[in-house]
Amino acid sequence: MNPAQLLTIFISAVFIYNVILSRFLGLCSFIAISKETKPALAMSLSVMFVTTMASIITWAIYRFLLIPFGLTYLRTISFILVIATFVQLVEMVIRKISPPMYRFFGIYLPLITVNCAVLGVAVLNSDMFFVKGKAVPGSFIYSLFQGICVGLGYTLAMLLMSGIRERLDLCDVPQAVKEFPLAFIIASIMSLSFMGFNGFRF
Amino acid sequence: MKKYFAEFTKGIIKENPTFVLALGLCPTLAVSVSLINGIGMGIAATFVLLGSNIIISLIKNFIPDRIRIPCFIVVIATFVTIAEMTMKAYSPVLDRALGIYVPLIVVNCIVLGRAEAFAQKSSVLNSLLDGLGMGVGFTLALLLISGIREFLGAGKLLGHGIFKGFEPVFVLGMPSGALLVIGLLLGFFNLLKNRKT
Repeated sequence: MNPAQLLTIFISAVFIYNVILSRFLGLCSFIAISKETKPALAMSLSVMFVTTMASIITWAIYRFLLIPFGLTYLRTISFILVIATFVQLVEMVIRKISPPMYRFFGIYLPLITVNCAVLGVAVLNSDMFFVKGKAVPGSFIYSLFQGICVGLGYTLAMLLMSGIRERLDLCDVPQAVKEFPLAFIIASIMSLSFMGFNGFRF
Repeated sequence: MKKYFAEFTKGIIKENPTFVLALGLCPTLAVSVSLINGIGMGIAATFVLLGSNIIISLIKNFIPDRIRIPCFIVVIATFVTIAEMTMKAYSPVLDRALGIYVPLIVVNCIVLGRAEAFAQKSSVLNSLLDGLGMGVGFTLALLLISGIREFLGAGKLLGHGIFKGFEPVFVLGMPSGALLVIGLLLGFFNLLKNRKT
């Protein structure tokens, strides 16, 4: 394991290959829930939690179950099942422990099951940190860290977008581009500015 | 006969998954860099839609209501795995170009959305036609977006140069170009709709 590698993962996951603006994962929720800042923040935190946990769980499954038994072709089906079960479990636990928190996060959790960002991180981790069917040294830390960073990138894009869209409510925009089309055009400009991070070299 | 035909064609224009329902945008934007990627993604997604719609409408009476989503996901993931393995075996180049977006068909909202909204309460034949129509609509939308992006962004179509001395708009080949194209297309279709009413 190499600390410099962690910095590279952080920069590339949050800025250069931002999960929404460059990889287009979790775009549906990004467009649908970014109208106001508060729900956007709740959704982002839920996504960050789930991407982190999903990274841990899927790493363990890939490393100790799929690779030793030569079942890597079952990656997609096993990852999505585990993620769906895990999200369901979290929802049940939160509902039992803290009703106010359930009201804050609850409605977003079922959506996260089909959020591409979560499965995307799991698949990316297994692509990046396992070379020729073997885990690279420190792959667990890298996977965990990449899970956190992708969540951070999602939060960043979500907060920026919801801030812009809140202000946009006061503007007079053409009828045809109201709501979704305008959201995409704004996202495009944001993505353009994020391209500036491409110049980073380590 | 006419009724069946309507079931098939509704996915193409009236309920086009990309432009009207705004579902499954992640793969649409990510792979639409070139026309050939768009075709590959469209075919893979159509295959998954067709298969999952048929199977889910066949087993709809055996699925308990409370755990229907996990059941649907297992069916969908099975078809995605088949598509993934087939693509790896017969077209490794395309598989590499589409990358992680092939396994991500599992979480494509179109597939789960059709299972939930249509296949679980319709007959097998209707579901088949619905899946096929939605798949064709999705493929056409992908062709439109990837065609525009490849033509303007790289000055090519299917990898062949079209004009000599045409300076391509490079930004259309980048992620931000994808968002721009789909935003403008959505706005354009809204404009057409508003004109009509």
